[in-house]
Parts: sequence; C-alpha cells; structure tokens
Amino acid sequence: MKIKKKLSLIDQHDKNGFWGGKFGGSFVPETLKKPIEDLTLVFEKLRKNKNFIKKRDHYFKNYIGSPTSFVKLDNLTDHLNGAQIWTKIVSEANGGAHKIYNATVHALICKSMGKKYIIGDTGAGYAGKMLSMAAKKFGLKCKIFMGAKDIKRQKPNCDAMRKNGAEIIPVYTGSQTLIDAVSECMRYWVSNCDTTHMCVGSTVGPNIFVKICGWSTSQISRELKQQLCEQFGEIPKKMKLYNCVGGGSSSFGFWNEFIKYDKKQIELIGVEAGGPYRSNKHAAPLTNNCKIGILHGAMQYVVQNKDGQIEETESISAGLDYSGVSPLHCYLKDSKRARYVSASDEEALNAYKLVTKFENINPSLEPCHAFAIACKEAKKLSRDTIIIVNSCGDAIKDRDIIKDRLGKRYV
Amino acid sequence: MSNLINLSFKNAKSENRPALLTFTVAGDNTKKKSLEILKSISNSADICELGFPHNTPIGDGGQIQTSSYRAIKNGITMSGVFEIIKKFKNSNLSKPVILMGYYNMIYQYGENKFIQRSKNSGVDGVIVVDLPWPENKPFAKKCKKKKISFIQLISPTTSLKRAKKIIKDSHDMVYYISMLSTTGGKLKVSTKKIMKNYRKIKKIDPKKNYVIGFGITEKTISGLKNADGLVVGSAICKKITESINRGQNPVINASNMVKKLKTKLI
Repeated sequence: MKIKKKLSLIDQHDKNGFWGGKFGGSFVPETLKKPIEDLTLVFEKLRKNKNFIKKRDHYFKNYIGSPTSFVKLDNLTDHLNGAQIWTKIVSEANGGAHKIYNATVHALICKSMGKKYIIGDTGAGYAGKMLSMAAKKFGLKCKIFMGAKDIKRQKPNCDAMRKNGAEIIPVYTGSQTLIDAVSECMRYWVSNCDTTHMCVGSTVGPNIFVKICGWSTSQISRELKQQLCEQFGEIPKKMKLYNCVGGGSSSFGFWNEFIKYDKKQIELIGVEAGGPYRSNKHAAPLTNNCKIGILHGAMQYVVQNKDGQIEETESISAGLDYSGVSPLHCYLKDSKRARYVSASDEEALNAYKLVTKFENINPSLEPCHAFAIACKEAKKLSRDTIIIVNSCGDAIKDRDIIKDRLGKRYV
Repeated sequence: MSNLINLSFKNAKSENRPALLTFTVAGDNTKKKSLEILKSISNSADICELGFPHNTPIGDGGQIQTSSYRAIKNGITMSGVFEIIKKFKNSNLSKPVILMGYYNMIYQYGENKFIQRSKNSGVDGVIVVDLPWPENKPFAKKCKKKKISFIQLISPTTSLKRAKKIIKDSHDMVYYISMLSTTGGKLKVSTKKIMKNYRKIKKIDPKKNYVIGFGITEKTISGLKNADGLVVGSAICKKITESINRGQNPVINASNMVKKLKTKLI
C-alpha cells in the first residue's frame, strides 16, 4: 500500500471508491445510489470551476475569517523544556471550529444544485452549529440530527443552532450519540433525497462525503504551509503535526498538504479518544487495531463485536465519540504514513489545565487530547523540532463539563 | 431456475392473487418467540422474509429498528438466526425463506461461510440492503452457485437504464421499493402511481417476479393487488411491539394480522 505523491489523497481511490483497495466505497441502499451519483458529478464539476473556487475562497476569507493564526506557545515550550510547541488556532474560524469549512462548502453545493433544504448530523454540536450558520447565511432550511445524550452535554452549541433557525431532531435510538445521529440523518435523506441535500459532518460516510469534507478542511494545511514559509523561510526539517481524530476531518485537513513529505521530515500523529481511565469502551479504532467493517456506507476500522454489531464508545469529548473513523485515516495508518495513539479523558483534562495555565488559548476537550500527547512527547525532543498542534475547537462548549470535572476556577 | 420462491409465485398466480411476503426480525422478541411467530404467520404467507438484525440500519424506519434493537438486546446472534431457520424448515420444508440484512453482518461472518450456512439451514434467497449493484456482483454470483436467489432492490430513484442492468443481473425475483422512504414510512404516493412505475419496471423483463414493499399496510394493500407479490414488514413488527407492550400474545396477533392481509388479496 503506497501513497502517491502527486495526487491529493482524496483522489487516490479506485473506481469503486476504495482507498488502498479496501477502505471507503459506497455501501448504501439503492435509493441513495442516484442522489450520490448526482452529487458526485456536481462536486467534480464544481471543484474544477474557477468561479466556484473564487466563491469558496471569498467566503473562506470574508465569512470564515481565513487565515486562522499560527503562533508559538513560548511559555509551554519553556515549561516542558523540549521541542518547540506551536499551535494553529483553527478555533478562531467563524463559529469556533474547523467544521465551518465543510458546512460552507456543502451549503454552496446545495445552492448550486437548486435544493432548498439541508440536513446534517452532529456530535459535539459544532458540525450542527456551523451547518445552521451556513444555512442561515445562504438562505437554506436546516435540520440537524443529534443524539439525545449529546444534546444534554453540549447545550451551548444547541442554543446556537436554534438561534440560527435550525431544527434539532433528537435521536433516541442506540447509544444516543453521534453514531445514531449519522444513521438517522442518512435515513432521513433516504426518504427526502429529492428535495434535500445531506451534509455529513466529518470525513466519513459514502465515498463522496469523505471527499467533499476532506477537500473543504484542507484549507487548514494550505494556510499552514504558507505560514510556515513566512515564519521559517521554508518547511522545517523536523516537524510533528498532532491532531485529535474522531471522524477525522480536522486532522485530515491539517495534514493534507504535508502527506507527500517524507515522514522523517514531517511526522503525522493522530490522537484518538481513549475514554475514561480503565474503561474499555474506547473510541479509538485505529490505536486498538479494531477489525475492518462497514459503518455508515464505508469500509473502515470500526469498534464492533464478533457478529458485526457496532459497539458503543465512551469519551468525554462528544466530537471524538465515534465507533468508526475516516477511510482516509485507515489508509494513512495501513500505509504507515501516520501514527495513531490515544489519550484518556483524564489526560485530556490535565492537558487543558496545563495549556490554559501557561497560555492564553482555550482549546476544547477534543484538541486537548492532541495536546496531551504532544506535551508528553515534546519533553523527550530537542528544541530544533517543531511540534504543531491543531487547536481545532474552542472550549466554550465544554464549560459545563470542565466546571464539573476541574472546578469553577477553570471556567 | 425452478425453486421454492418461483413455485410460490406460480401458486399465487394460479389463485389469481399476488404472493404475500412477510418480514419479521429473527430473535424478536426472543429466539423462541420469533420462531413461533414465523411458524404461525407462514400459514398465510407465501414467502417469509427474516431479518438478521443490525444496530446501525441505515435503510430501516422506526418499527423495524425497534424490533431489531429488541432482538439484539435479547441476545440474538448470526448463529441463532440460522438455527431459527433450520428449525422452521424442519417443520415446513416447502415454505421459502429469504434472509435480509446489512452487509457488515455477512462480511464479519465471512461471505462463503454465510452462504454455506444459509444453504445448510434451507435459506432460499438473500437480500442485502446496503450492497447495491454493481458492487454486489461477486456476492450474487456466489449465491447463484449454491442455488440461493440473490434479490436486488429497485427504487423510484433508479434510472431505467440502471434498472435494466440490475434486472439483467437478477435471479428470479426483484424487489421494487414503493417510494422514497425507509421501511415502514407512511405511503406518500398513491397506489395508482406506484403501480404505474411498477409496470414500467416489470416491462423490462416480464418473466421475472417483482414484489412491492415499503409502507404497505392493511389499508393500502388492496390497491397494489396487481403486482406479482407484496411485502408487509413494518406493520407486522409494529403489531409485535404493541402486543408485547400490552402484555398480549404477539404470535396470535401477528398471525391474525397476516391472515387478514391475505383475505384482502383474494
């Protein structure tokens, strides 16, 4: 399994939509074959259309607020006394997380297809919040599917969605988290695909949704590449990019431009959710070498039992609490281009304490998983190594959890 | 192919009515109960579809989801599903059984092992909801080799061109989805319109048998009488759920319902 250097990873699939011959594909009911085919044609046309790219860049700049800043965390670096620690504060993007890139692109696609309704799934509530923002901006009617358990633990984002005029559809089936929200959203699309466009909130789902999302979040690494050249005059010789991985949209976007580099120069480290200390229900299919299976229309590593029932996961981060993972990451794992590890809930909370003690940033619990591993490994590295963590979400949404777990003085 | 499924259609046709197909979930609400339900509804049904439940079913509506989750919660496994079929076939050898479910369950069981075990248990046909044409070709071939019908679905969104290809690669039965919906949705198009679309599909290769499913209830079934066969699933699952919730006997209630459905077809 070898990654091609000249072609973007999202395009390195075979004619059946599989990366590396086995990850991805489109395992969907017959009813969705046609809408998926239509969407594929539209997307392939739009991404080659100069006017569409101009429009995308216009909204990325003027609406999302690109580029997000790239800064050195001096105090944290000094404290750990190892590698240099930098961060790209993607949470500065309009709405407070990277999900806005995918949401904006989907809203633009929806408009260009002449559809008036847009639906989406959400876990942490960011994908939903951003889709509701984009829908409002572009005059689309929006429904967001969200697990009942997540609605309870991510209230601030739910309030934002409702304020933007979106309808939140609570999902009570299964574990009542992201996995059930995605299933229910797909089911709704099966019934309404003639009038409604579906946005999948991460680089998961049938092939085309993986591609659209990866194409959208890649803006992060495009910006970073330029910022690195401005800062260092070149791409640094020793660099490590840490990113949390749930579905895998922020990490893929953060890495895309750098995948073609040798891993000795640029190492890619994905940090999955290890769940509560001593829990066995990890949302970490890559770290734990789970079996390959089919979830939400794609072949991937997935947490499941022997029979093939998808198993529940457990994480403090709703945004990482997903049994599967993007086929792109499965491919990056098998081709050994990226390394995957996990951090526990407690490690993420400790990282939050550490980072906010030394620095004036406020990363949500999802990127805190990445900070946890980055800080641990930084200590053992020399100062000429550049560590960059994608701070892809803002902790405002985690207020209640942080207050509950760490006490009032942290909020 | 002369087999039990074809024979059932022939029998129904000789009685001037469509074949009645039922769908229930294996293990709902227990392994034993679902076998009893299967046995008793098979007195009126021509073909019995049995679902092997999956916990992320992207094509199923609320009723079948409820049945599936209940069956999984009560411990049904793939092995258990095959045991139910084997026992059923021991009591009723001539009644065709179609297994229906999602591909991950088959993938984890192993395609070859799944087909072999199906054969040994007496399965006559297989429907895989999320394995559409052309990706399903290798699996369909394997089924055919063991004389198991691989049944494909056609939906209102399927183009005529695509439908032709699907039908060409189909064995002897094709499943037409009545409307844009998951299973068990409210019938949002008139039965007249469904029959019009159905005839277009049937015309492609009139020798094959076409059944209509999704959203068919006691109220709507008569309007679709001119099809080769009709599938009722969610309505039966709903009846089973109601019976359990009310402390009534799901076996009696489900079989009474199927009996009634049958009378509407004569």
